[in-house]
Amino acid sequence: MNDKQIIASRIAMELKDGDLVNLGIGIPTLVANYVAEEKEIIFQSENGIIGLGADKGDECDIVNAGGMKASICKGGAFIDSATSFTFIRGGHIDITVLGALEVDQEGSIASWIIPGKIVPGMGGAMDLVTGAKKVIIAMRHTNKGKVKILKKCRLPLTAYKQANLIVTEMCVMKVKEDGLHLLEVNPAYTIEEVMQATDAELIIDEVIPMRGIENENNA
Amino acid sequence: MSKFVDGAIFKSLLKDGMTIHVGGFLTNGSPESLIDLVVESGVKDLTIICNDGGYEGNGVGKMINHGQVKKLIASHIGTNPDVGRLMNEEKLIVELVPQGTLVERIRAYGAGLGGILTPTGLNTLVQEGKVVISVKEKEYLLEEALGADLALIGGAIADNYGNLKYKETMRNFNPVMATAAQIVVVQPVKVIDVIDPENVITPHPFVDYILGGEKDER
Repeated sequence: MNDKQIIASRIAMELKDGDLVNLGIGIPTLVANYVAEEKEIIFQSENGIIGLGADKGDECDIVNAGGMKASICKGGAFIDSATSFTFIRGGHIDITVLGALEVDQEGSIASWIIPGKIVPGMGGAMDLVTGAKKVIIAMRHTNKGKVKILKKCRLPLTAYKQANLIVTEMCVMKVKEDGLHLLEVNPAYTIEEVMQATDAELIIDEVIPMRGIENENNA
Repeated sequence: MSKFVDGAIFKSLLKDGMTIHVGGFLTNGSPESLIDLVVESGVKDLTIICNDGGYEGNGVGKMINHGQVKKLIASHIGTNPDVGRLMNEEKLIVELVPQGTLVERIRAYGAGLGGILTPTGLNTLVQEGKVVISVKEKEYLLEEALGADLALIGGAIADNYGNLKYKETMRNFNPVMATAAQIVVVQPVKVIDVIDPENVITPHPFVDYILGGEKDER
C-alpha cells in the first residue's frame, strides 16, 4: 500500500455500521474503498446527497461536493444546501474526514488559506469540523519533510480545537483534554522517527502497531 | 399573468450595481443561459452571491471574466483561477463565507429574519468584526441575513403554474435563493403541465419569471 492507501484503510476502521459520514476531497474520498463489506455506511455529500454513491457512468446530473459525477444509493435523498448544513452543523453527521495543511496538539485545524499564496476558501469545511460528532484528519505526516503536526497552528484556522483523531501514513494520534496521544505507529517507522517528524508534544503511554493497514477489505 | 417571458424582458430587469443570487454548486444547477444574457446585457458593478466562483468561462465565471463583477460572495473560489488572479490585482472584492453560514444567511433573509447565530467560524478569521453572542453558555457568531435584488435559479423542473421541483443534485442553493430576492427568475431544464402538490419544492408565489426550458408534452 502507498501512503494514501494506508491512511484511507486505517480510517475505514473508524466507520461503524449505520454511521452517516462526510468525506472530504482527496485522501478522505479513498476511505470509501476500504470499508468492510458487512458494514453499511451512509455517505453524505454537502452539495445535497444523503446516500452518495460512486459514478456508475449513467447519464445524470448527480455530482459530489468536488463537482465530479456521482450516483445516489437506493433509499437515498436529494436535499437543498440549507438542509445539508442542518445535517452538518446540527450534529447529525457521525464522522467527517478531512485533509489539512496543519493541525495542532489542541486539535485546531488549518486548511483553507495560505495568506499571500493560495486562497481556495473554506467551502463547507468550517461547518463540518464544527458540527460533526467526530472529526478525523487524514493527511500525510509532513509536507515534503516540513512538519504539519504542530504545538500551535501557524496558518489561519479552519476551527479551534475540533479535531478528534489524526491519521497519517506513520501513525494514529488522538486529541484528548491533556494533549495529543500517540496510539498506533506503522511498523515501517519507529516511535523516534514519528517524534522527529512531529513538532507537537506527543503523549506516549502505550503504543501498538498501526491497525487496519493490510487486512481491511481492499476494493 | 403568465410568468413565461423572453430574453428581452429579462434583460430589462438588469441594472448596474445590482446584487444577484446565482444558484448552482460548481455549476451543477447553474442557470447558464440567464448568465449568458447578463453577459450580453453588459451590466456592470455587480455583487454576485454564489456558492463558488464557478470555473473559467463557466457559471458565474462568465460574468467575472467579462469584468462585470465588483464583488463576489462565495464559500470557495479554488476552481476558478480568474477569481484569485483578479482578487490579487484588486479588480475583484471577494468575501469568503463558510458554506453553511452562506446558505443560512440567505435562508434567514427569505424568512424575514435579521440574521443567524452560528458556532461556525468562532476563533477564526471569519469572526473578525462580528458580534459574539452567548446563549445558554455557548458562544455563537451573529451573521447577518443576505438578500439580493435578483435571484437566478437553475436546475428546476417547472410546471405551467410556476411551481418548481429540482433535478437531482441541481437543487443545492436554488430553492433557498428563490425565497431571498426581490425578483426571482428561473431557467428550468424542463417544463411540465403540473407538479404533484406533494412534490413542489418552490411554490409558485416565490417565482416571478420563467425563461426557456423545453416543453415536455407527455
